[in-house]
Amino acid sequence: MMAVAEQTGNWLAEFTTQKRVDGWLEELRQTAFARFAEVGFPTTHDEEWRFTNVASIARTQFRHVHPSFHVSGGALPAGVRVGTNEDLRAHLAKYAAVDGNPFVALNTAFLDAVAVFRIGRGAVVERPLELVFHAEPGADAAAIHPRVLILAGENSQCAIVEKYTGSGRYFTNAVTEIVAADGAIVDHYKIQQESLEAFHVATLAAQLGRSSNFTSHSISLGGALVRNDVNVVLSEGTEATINGLYIVNGTQHIDNHTSIDHVKPHGTSHELYKGILDDQARAVFNGRIIVRQDAQKTDSKQTNKNLVLSDDAVIDTKPELQIWANDVRCTHGATIGQLDAESLFYLQSRGIGKQQARALLTYAFAQDIVDRIKVPSLRDSLERVLFEKFHEHREK
Amino acid sequence: MALLEIKNLHAEVAGREILKGIDLTVEAGEVHAIMGPNGSGKSTLAQVLAGRELYVVTAGEVIYDGKDLLAMSPEDRARNGIFLAFQYPVEIPGVSNLYFLKAALNTIRKSRGEEELDAMDFLNLVREKMKLMEMDQTLLNRPVNAGFSGGEKKRNEIFQMAVLEPRLAVLDETDSGLDIDALKLVSAGVNTMRSPERAMIVVTHYQRLLNHIVPDFVHVLSEGRIVKSGGKELALELEESGYAGLGIEDQEEVARI
Repeated sequence: MMAVAEQTGNWLAEFTTQKRVDGWLEELRQTAFARFAEVGFPTTHDEEWRFTNVASIARTQFRHVHPSFHVSGGALPAGVRVGTNEDLRAHLAKYAAVDGNPFVALNTAFLDAVAVFRIGRGAVVERPLELVFHAEPGADAAAIHPRVLILAGENSQCAIVEKYTGSGRYFTNAVTEIVAADGAIVDHYKIQQESLEAFHVATLAAQLGRSSNFTSHSISLGGALVRNDVNVVLSEGTEATINGLYIVNGTQHIDNHTSIDHVKPHGTSHELYKGILDDQARAVFNGRIIVRQDAQKTDSKQTNKNLVLSDDAVIDTKPELQIWANDVRCTHGATIGQLDAESLFYLQSRGIGKQQARALLTYAFAQDIVDRIKVPSLRDSLERVLFEKFHEHREK
Repeated sequence: MALLEIKNLHAEVAGREILKGIDLTVEAGEVHAIMGPNGSGKSTLAQVLAGRELYVVTAGEVIYDGKDLLAMSPEDRARNGIFLAFQYPVEIPGVSNLYFLKAALNTIRKSRGEEELDAMDFLNLVREKMKLMEMDQTLLNRPVNAGFSGGEKKRNEIFQMAVLEPRLAVLDETDSGLDIDALKLVSAGVNTMRSPERAMIVVTHYQRLLNHIVPDFVHVLSEGRIVKSGGKELALELEESGYAGLGIEDQEEVARI
């Protein structure tokens, strides 16, 4: 195992040469870096990282590259404003704290060009706010630390899309914080289509107000080594839907960790993660559900379904329930299966070739998640991507 | 040349022999009924003809249209005109009926050297056939068989048959679970498909279906062999005296896999 100092040394040089900023932000960066320097990258001895070895990230000497993004369609959708310095100060690093996940600390140490947006009280934003993070070609060995902060006002309604794409061997280390005020309706979509050589580590932390309604869709298609953390904290009467789809082949590794924290009564959370694994791909799903003592009448459901198309793919799935209240409903279930032989035969008996039948059934498995996407353009483009992916892949 | 010639067919599932020497010749234009008690091997025969890998053929041969049927994959059999109406149609969530049927039809057309149908022509064809089966068009956009009632599933099978226009249709207990109205509808659908070029094998436990789809020949299957063959009157005879009249008991159910 590499010494912590040896791992963090590479980053120290990058950290000390980055342009300093004034005041509280610099303090935050310093605190974050101190924390990262103290703990270093996690190892598989850490329970949270048991199945995901990040040594390949720790070993690589990355150079810091400023994150850049663009908003699809140019202008911001009506109802969305760029947040202020005060917004940042009040909320940044409050939900994705630097003393937890070391990657969050690392991101915070390199804070720069935060994408901060505010949706006004009662505003109904019709068009989704789509942020595209593209790692340019030639971004080899670049470490990019995108940071997003979304503040959705009381009773507002919006859809946020984050897209991650790129080419080459780079490292995206993204952190998104979302605050949904009381009664807000926020749909968040993350489409991860990084290059197949890239590393992608991301944390989404959402603080959800009373009677707010939050949906997260995490779609992971790219990346060599991917770790997604989705952490949501519910309040009274909050409704959270946490969905995910991961499709991996070759030697891709994808780890989805979710944490759904019911703090107040009458919260509802529905979680559905589906995965498709082929070749020697590896996937991890860890779904933590916390129901605090005060969170009576919580209704929580967690499902993880995996379709394994090869003999060599490996999936580790684990529910993690921590229930302190006594009047709650919590269910969880995980399945790992192959394509249904009867379904395959049925399709073949109608003239559809075996390869096409396999592609069709695989696509259908994923379709279930895609159908839940409420932004039509996003749903359509994803359908096309998946359709091509399965047909191309299966017929190679 | 007969359209289908089955000679001394033996098949087993999980090491257990189910078909113990079937001989059957079917000419184009004929409708053959295969009757028999539970466990006699009726469904196995139907599945073997369609190419289900679960059943292993251990002896015998099946010549279809001059070709070695047993050497063909299930999809190639379908492309060559064989259609199995399933006893238990499979639910396929996430695949719409429309997409499924269009993919099936166009693959089959392509293999016949015919042009693929575009969306418009396909829809027109499908609408016409749906009317025949009195099916609700909203079914097209629903996933294949998902959430269908038993009767809807069976109607959907015959609807698919009407669209795909096979040369040899094998109907596996298409009557089971149908009320009399649905039975009449399904039978009418099947009867409109009768033609001098097309043969049908109708597998059924009960004579009831054969009042509506009147067969040219009736065969009684017992313990994996055809024990009696005759004309349509054989079905009536069975209705009178039951299988017991032929000295045949219900046979042990083969575990469904």
